[in-house]
Amino acid sequence: MGVHRCRRCEADSVIYMRQHRLALCEAHFMEWVEQMTLGFIKKHRMFAPEDRILVAVSGGKDSLGLWSILLKLGYQADGLYIDLGIDAGCRYSERSGEHVRKFARQAAPGAKLHLLDLAALYGKTVPEMAGRRKGGRKKLCSVCGLVKRHEMNRAARELGYSVVATGHNLDDEAAVLFGNVLHWEAEYLVRQSPVLPADAPGLVKRAKPLARFYERETAAYAIVGNIDYIVDECPFSPGATSIRLKEVLNSMENSSPGTKLNFYFSFLRARDNSLFPGYERPDLDVCGKCGQATRAGGLCAFCRLV
Amino acid sequence: MVRVIFKDTEWQIPGNITVRELMTSLGLNPQSVLAVRDGRLVNNETRLGTEGEIRFISVVSGG
Repeated sequence: MGVHRCRRCEADSVIYMRQHRLALCEAHFMEWVEQMTLGFIKKHRMFAPEDRILVAVSGGKDSLGLWSILLKLGYQADGLYIDLGIDAGCRYSERSGEHVRKFARQAAPGAKLHLLDLAALYGKTVPEMAGRRKGGRKKLCSVCGLVKRHEMNRAARELGYSVVATGHNLDDEAAVLFGNVLHWEAEYLVRQSPVLPADAPGLVKRAKPLARFYERETAAYAIVGNIDYIVDECPFSPGATSIRLKEVLNSMENSSPGTKLNFYFSFLRARDNSLFPGYERPDLDVCGKCGQATRAGGLCAFCRLV
Repeated sequence: MVRVIFKDTEWQIPGNITVRELMTSLGLNPQSVLAVRDGRLVNNETRLGTEGEIRFISVVSGG
């Protein structure tokens, strides 16, 4: 196999995306990612130029890349960093926050960065919250997800943002889909989407503008764009279910290009064509403490946790 | 010799090999890593010379 030339300009390419049979140079890859993101935002009616968008930034490649792209596209996009209090001997949250603040200073000078410290707000870090639950470390990832979703939504409501944007990529979405298919979690499957409407009291719309890109592409965007992101993985991620599902999918992708893309987008089409008739989310109640939506009635899962 | 870096591990290899061949020899899935040379992204068909440095960056995150 020879070196692929950029399809647009014939220069040396820096990336070849086998699922698209597309090789691009640095400049045309950046342009391609930004324009494909814009098209995806419009196709799924994620938000409009007049919307105020709160981008959940972790310091990683996806979220900082998303913030960068939205600002380049001219959207009103501010950042939210949630300090989860993960130390694990490597100051993970502290170092993540440093990457976020550096990006905000250098690449997003006109945008606001909201900082939220869990320990200061609730007296507990995410590992401490997870430690109180059965399953301990194994449950940490699910507790972390619960806390982030709650706090992103709360911050958006209180600060007056109409939509929360997260940096989920196609590999993230395909791994979630894979996990839900393995357990035939139909109620979760009908809800999985690149855009989640504000269809319950206290719920802010959520959008995933990068959900059409492979993780390899979001990482390439950050590298080519000189985004200084935290390369280290979360110290609690090794062995996590989502990582193992991604490994399986990447193994299949390597031998059969386009597997992940087809898996995710064929699912979205099937779901839109009523793949799961009769499965609808039950009506949601409002948490008596925080005012956010809850399935259980009474206090929501977050308020029960803290 | 070419210095190869992936996470906390380093190797020295003679070079004159493509990035993809190097990934395969190290057991890395090309879907899971990107190759960076002198701070610049390079595609997997790039042939390495006999000196310099190549760094593989894992693209997989989550938890």
